[in-house]
Amino acid sequence: MSMFSIFNVSGSAISAQSQRLNVVASNLANVDAVAGPDGQAYKARQVVFQTTPMGSDGAAGVRVTGIQESDTPGRRVHDPMNPMADAEGYVTHANVNAVEEMVNMISASRSYQNNVEVMNTAKSLLLKTLQMGQ
Amino acid sequence: MLDKLTQRLDFHGNALLLRAERQRTIASNIANADTPGFVARDFKFADAMRAVDEGRSPGTLTRQSVSDARHIPLPAARTGSGDSTLGYAVQTQPSLDNNSVDMDRERAAFVDNAVRYEATLRFINGNAKTMLSAIQGQ
Repeated sequence: MSMFSIFNVSGSAISAQSQRLNVVASNLANVDAVAGPDGQAYKARQVVFQTTPMGSDGAAGVRVTGIQESDTPGRRVHDPMNPMADAEGYVTHANVNAVEEMVNMISASRSYQNNVEVMNTAKSLLLKTLQMGQ
Repeated sequence: MLDKLTQRLDFHGNALLLRAERQRTIASNIANADTPGFVARDFKFADAMRAVDEGRSPGTLTRQSVSDARHIPLPAARTGSGDSTLGYAVQTQPSLDNNSVDMDRERAAFVDNAVRYEATLRFINGNAKTMLSAIQGQ
């Protein structure tokens, strides 16, 4: 019954999107983190989505293949009074772009809602199918 | 006689199966709305229904997605020069990551398909009721 695999497909999408939301949350939480004198600040993370077959009947789900750390250099601010400042008086902040993360968050939450809607529709259709002939 | 009774039920049963398949195809598209490089798929219900109704299955519709010879074959992906009806969606607004899912269109198609699925269900229920009242003769 092909309708049942909708739950697998949308479920995989929901878990992938919630992982994306998780990563966004950790990025946003660290948006103001600064690096110590060694210069290693928090690096922004991004999930990588990939299509994955669900079952044998051609349904396509999603999975997170990995989490990538961004290599862009962190923002450097001249702040000699900061205890974390390096020898030249610069503080390295995490390379998180708050605006990008907010956009990412909204996109993830919309996709999550879409998939919940799909599951609800599939559920109501299946329930009506169960009552067939009554 | 019995054949005539169930003929219409067969037709609507096939329609219901195809609707369920299309629902699943659209659900896959929606699930992959954020996957880079994913190509949205869909099939024309009318063409698939006609093919199933005429009893021709392997010709225009390839049998890649059936696990039993009696299943309705799904229109499968076009491979090489083979002719198939499971099409690729045409991009209206191309995106940078080559994802061709148009969320508005998919959502509209999903709701449309759900309503038609329910309509088919009602046809089947009506048919069953008609047959029951004919059998009981009341």
